[in-house]
Amino acid sequence: MLLTRKSEGHAELRNPLARAASALAAKTIDRRAFLKGSGIAAGSAAFASQLPLNLIGEANAQAKAAGKTEVKRTVCTHCSVGCSVDAVVQDGVWVRQEPVFDSPLNLGAHCAKGASVREHGMVEHSHRLKYPMKLENGKYKRISWDQAINEIGDKLLQLKKDFGPDSTFWVGSSKHNNEQAYLFRKFVSMFGTNNMDHQARICHSTTVAGVANTWGYGAMTNSYNDLQNAKCMFFIGSNAAEAHPVSMLHALHAKETGAKMIVADPRFTRTASKADQYIRFRSGTDVALLFGMLYHIFKNGWEDQPYINDRVYGMDKVREDVMKKWTPDKVTEVTGVPEAEVYAAAETMSKNRPSTIVWCMGQTQHSIGNAFVRASCILQLALGNIGKAGGGANIYRGHDNVQGATDIGPNPDSLPGYYGLAAGAWKHWCRVWGVDYEWMKARFPSQTMMEKSGMTVSRWIDGVLEKNELIDQDSNLRAIIYWGHAPNSQSRGLEMKQAMEKVDLMVIVDPYPTAASAMPDRKDGVYLLPAATQFETSGSVTASNRSIQWREKVIEPLFESKTDHAIMTLFAKKFGFEREMNKNYKMVKDKAGTEEPLIEDITREFNKGSWTIGYTGQSPERLKAHMRLMQHFDVKTLRCTESVVDKESGYDIKGDYFGLPWPCYGTPEVKHPGSPVLYRTDLKMMDGGGCFRANFGVSKDGVNLLAEEGSFPSGSDITTGHPEFDHILMKKLGWWAELTPEEQKEAEGKNWKTDLSGGIQRVCMVNHNTHFWGNAKARAVVWNFPDGIPQHREPIYSPRPDLVAKYPTHDDKKAFWRLPTLYKTAQQKAVTDKVAEKYPIVLTSGRLVEYEGGGDETRSNPWLAELQQENFVEVNTKDAENRGIKYWDFVWVSTPTGAKIKVRALVTERVGPGTSFIPFHFAGWWQGKDLLDKYPDGSAPIVRGEAVNTATTYGYDSVTMMQETKTTLCNIERA
Amino acid sequence: MARMKFICDAERCIECNGCVTACKSEHEVPWGVNRRRLVTVNDGVPGERSISVSCMHCSDAPCMAVCPVDCFYKTDEGIVLHDKDLCIGCGYCFYACPFGAPQFPQAGAFGLRGKMDKCTYCSGGPEENHSAEEFRKYGRNRLAEGKLPACAEMCSTKALLAGDAEVITKIYKTRVVTRGKGEEIWGWSMAYGGSDKLSDLPGGKA
Repeated sequence: MLLTRKSEGHAELRNPLARAASALAAKTIDRRAFLKGSGIAAGSAAFASQLPLNLIGEANAQAKAAGKTEVKRTVCTHCSVGCSVDAVVQDGVWVRQEPVFDSPLNLGAHCAKGASVREHGMVEHSHRLKYPMKLENGKYKRISWDQAINEIGDKLLQLKKDFGPDSTFWVGSSKHNNEQAYLFRKFVSMFGTNNMDHQARICHSTTVAGVANTWGYGAMTNSYNDLQNAKCMFFIGSNAAEAHPVSMLHALHAKETGAKMIVADPRFTRTASKADQYIRFRSGTDVALLFGMLYHIFKNGWEDQPYINDRVYGMDKVREDVMKKWTPDKVTEVTGVPEAEVYAAAETMSKNRPSTIVWCMGQTQHSIGNAFVRASCILQLALGNIGKAGGGANIYRGHDNVQGATDIGPNPDSLPGYYGLAAGAWKHWCRVWGVDYEWMKARFPSQTMMEKSGMTVSRWIDGVLEKNELIDQDSNLRAIIYWGHAPNSQSRGLEMKQAMEKVDLMVIVDPYPTAASAMPDRKDGVYLLPAATQFETSGSVTASNRSIQWREKVIEPLFESKTDHAIMTLFAKKFGFEREMNKNYKMVKDKAGTEEPLIEDITREFNKGSWTIGYTGQSPERLKAHMRLMQHFDVKTLRCTESVVDKESGYDIKGDYFGLPWPCYGTPEVKHPGSPVLYRTDLKMMDGGGCFRANFGVSKDGVNLLAEEGSFPSGSDITTGHPEFDHILMKKLGWWAELTPEEQKEAEGKNWKTDLSGGIQRVCMVNHNTHFWGNAKARAVVWNFPDGIPQHREPIYSPRPDLVAKYPTHDDKKAFWRLPTLYKTAQQKAVTDKVAEKYPIVLTSGRLVEYEGGGDETRSNPWLAELQQENFVEVNTKDAENRGIKYWDFVWVSTPTGAKIKVRALVTERVGPGTSFIPFHFAGWWQGKDLLDKYPDGSAPIVRGEAVNTATTYGYDSVTMMQETKTTLCNIERA
Repeated sequence: MARMKFICDAERCIECNGCVTACKSEHEVPWGVNRRRLVTVNDGVPGERSISVSCMHCSDAPCMAVCPVDCFYKTDEGIVLHDKDLCIGCGYCFYACPFGAPQFPQAGAFGLRGKMDKCTYCSGGPEENHSAEEFRKYGRNRLAEGKLPACAEMCSTKALLAGDAEVITKIYKTRVVTRGKGEEIWGWSMAYGGSDKLSDLPGGKA
C-alpha cells in the first residue's frame, strides 16, 4: 500500500518538460550528447537546453517585462581548468548563469566556485571595494579617482627621484587577463624597474624553471582532456579533487574505462579516496620517493631504452646515482613508505603505458622544489612518456591565468615570452613596442639594473627589512603595490606585517580590499583602488593546458571600479609615458569616460612579439571564433576535424585544436593549429607535432645533446638532431629563397625568435616539417642547477634532525634575486635549537574546494562562505589524543617564528600521526583577534579566519625563491 | 511520460559542492537554507565516499502522507512540489523525510519556522510559470524552459544525474557495468523502476 494521499486541490498539474521535449523529440544521442546527458534527461532534452535561453525563455514567458536579454560567454576566474560560463544579462544586470555543455574542456561542469561566479555581478550586499579609499588616522576614507592617482603618483615619482625606481615593488596578478598581464610588464618596465612579480612565484615557479630546463617549455605538456588517453595516472602533490575539481571529470572517466590511479600525498585527500593505490609519505621527500620508483624501474628493465637513447641526455648518470643512493631501505628511511608500495607504484606506472604524472604545489613549494619537479620529469623520460598522448607531465596550474601571466606577464626575470632581460631581449621588445631602446634604457637607473632580475613576491618583505648593505640594489623597498594579489598567500606573516608598517606607501588595487588593507597597524599611507573583475572586461585567458580562451565582457565595471588597463593608463599619464606605452593601441572610453587601450590591440601586439612560445598565431579573431564554435572540437583530442566556418569572421576552424594551445607558431595567417601535446614526434609540425628544444648547446663534455638519427617530428626534411634556426642556417640549407622578399628583409640577421615577419618559422614548419627551435635531447641532468641530478635535501625545518647531517640543505647564497638567502645557517640553527622537539608536528597547507588563493574574493561570496565558515587544522587522532584535543576545539598552532594562530581542530585520520594541515585561504584574524574593524566599512569578507601564513617559516627554493610552505614545523595545543 | 529522478554516483562524486552553489545561485536561496547538501561517509579514511542529497522526489513520498494541510502535490513527471500558501510550517514533513530535505528559513521561539522550502527539481511551484511570485516563493522554473535542474547540469564530474529515471538508469548502469562494481542497490526498483539488480535491466551483463 502506498503511503501517499492523492492531492485533490491542484487540478492543473504542470508538465513543462514534456512540452519542451515533445517539441524537440527524436534527436539521436551522439557521444557528446551522451556525455552531456549525464546531467540530462534525454537527447531531446539535451538539445533543448542548448537552445539560446532567450528563445526558450521568450516562448514560455508570459507578460515578462520587456528587457534586453543577452547571453555573454565567459570563463570562470577561479582555477586553470578554464570552464566556460554563459552569463545571462538582462538590461546590463547579470541575472543567471548557464552551463556550457559545448565546451570541450568542462562540458558544462562546475565546482562550487564555478557554479557561483554570478555572485560577482550582484550589487546588493556586495563586499566589493566600491570606490578609491585612503587611510587617514587609521580609518579608510572615500576619495576620488583623481585624488588617488595624483597622490599615489606624486609619492611614487618622489620615491623614484629620491631612491630610484627600484625602491618600489609591484605585485601583479595571475588573475589579469593576458593583455593586462602583458601590459603590466610593459608598464612597470617603463616605470624603470624589474621589481615585479605575481602568484606564479609561489605557485609553479620551480616547475617552470625545472621543466623548461629539462626539455624546452615550463608548462603542462598535455591537457586535462588527454587524461582520457592515459592508462595510468600518478598524482603526487596534487589534490585535484579540491584544487581542480572539473579536471576529475576527465580523470574519473579515464578510470572508469580502465586507467589505474595512484595518489602519493602526506594527506589522504579526496583525490586519494578515488585512487587504486594511495601512498602516504613524509612531506618534503619527493626525490626519494620518485627515485625509489626509478630504482625498481631500472632494476627490472622497465625503462624505455630506445626512447632514452634517442631523446634523453644524462639518464645513465641518473641511473648510477639512483642505484647507488636510493636502494629500498634508504627510500623507506627517508619517506616512510614500505618497499612493496614503492614497487607497486613503479610497476603500475611501467606496465600501464602511456602513463601520466600530475603534480601541483605539493611538489613545488619546497626549498628544493626545483629538484622535485625534475625528478618527476626524469621518471617520465625513463618511461618514455613525454611527447605521447596519454602520457606527459600534467602540471596543473593554480589561478585562471597564472599560465598566461607566467608566459607574457609581470615576471622579475624576463620580458614577455621568456626572452629574459639581456640587451637583445630588450631590443626585441622595444622594436615590437615601437619605442627607442636608448629611451627605454634611460628609464632604468642603469643598464645593469635593467638586466638584473628583480626581487620576488615571496621575498619583498626582506627587500624592506634587510640591512641595506646586504641587498643587491641601491635602496631598500619603500613602496609596495599589491595589484590583484593576496598577502596571506606568502609566508612569514609576522615579518610581513613589519614590512607593511615600515614602507612609506602601500597601494592595493583589487576588486576586494584584501587582507593587506587590514593587516598592518598603520595610521596612513595606504590607498585602496577598486579594480574591475574579469567579468567586467574582455580579453584572453590561458588555461593550464595552454588553450587560450576569449572572455566577452559580461557587465560594466561595478561601482566605481575600473579595468586594470584603464588604471595603468591613468598612472602612465601621471608618470609621463602613456604615449609610449599605448603607442600601438586604439584608445576607447569606459562608462566613466576614462581612456583604456582596446584589448584586441594588446593581443595583436603580443602576437607580434612572442615567437619563442608561439603566442603569435592566436589572433583575437581566431580565439573568438573558437568560443562561438566550441561544440565542434573533440573532447579527447581537442581537435576540430570538420570544416566549420565562423559566420562573424568567415574563419574556418578545420584542423585547429581548441583554444590554439600554445605554441601556435607563425602568424595567424599561417594557421598553425596549436599544440595540445608538446614534443610529440609522431605528428607533423603543422598538426601540432614537435620535439625537444635545442637550448643548451649541441654537446656537453663530448656527449651529443641533439636528438639521434631517426628521431624527428613526423615528415621533417631533417631526420636527425639539429640546432635552432637563424638566418645563417636558413641560407646554408638553401631555404632562404623560400622566404618572400619582405620576409627576407625582416629576417636578415635574425633568428626564429626575433624575426618579426615569422618567415623563418613559416618556411621551416610549413615547407619542411622541421622544428626551427632545433631538435635536441631532454636533459635528465640539468648541470646549470645547484643539483644537476636531483638530490634529496632535508627541509630547512626538518622533522628529522637525524637525517639533516646525511641530507643537508644547500650553502647560503649571498646575492640571490637581489637578496641574501639562508640555507645551511637556518637549517643548522633549527637543529641546534632542537626546534623539532619543541615543534614536533609537520605543518603543511593546501586548498579547499570552496575557496581560491588568499580567499578574499571567495570568502566574500555568501554561497561559498556558508560552506566553510571557520579555519581549521587537520590533526591526527593520535596527536589530538596526546594533547587532549577534541573535535572542533579551538587550538593554538604555534611555529618556530613565534607566531600563534587560533583555529578549530579537525581531528581526523586524513593526516598521519605527526602531520597537520591548514588550508591557506583564510585571513582577517591576527593571532586570535578578528580584524573586522580594520577593513573598510562593508567590504570585509563574510568569513574571516586565521591565515596559516601568519605562522609559516623561512625557506626558499634554491633556483626560483619559491617559499617552503609545504613542509614546516608546528606545535598544537588546546586553546 | 518521463518520471524525473536524481541519482548520485558515489564513485564519481568528489564533494566539490558545485551542486550546492548552483542551486543557491539559480534560486537565490538564503543563507541557512540548504535545498541540497553533501553527505560524506568515512571522511578521511579509505572508503571515503560522498553523495549529494536533496529532496529525492520519492515515488511514495512520506512528506505528502503526513502533511496536515495537504500542501504537497506531485506532477505527472513524478516531481513532489508544495504550495507555500497552504504550508503552516509545522515541520511534520521534516520529521517524516528520510533525507532531511525540508528546510525552514527561521528557527524562532514557539516552534516558529516559516514556510517550508525544499528542492523543486527546478520546476517552480503552483504559481504561474516564470512569474515573479513563482520565483520569490520557489525559485526558477528550469523545467518549463526545457532544462534540467541546475545542480545536475553543473555537476563537476557528472556524478549527479537528473532526468527521466529510465534514461539516467541506463547511464548509471553503463558506468557500473564498466567499473564492474556496485551492482546491487537496495530499493532501486522502488525509486527508479525495473529490477533491484542492475544487470537485469535491458542490456545488462549477466
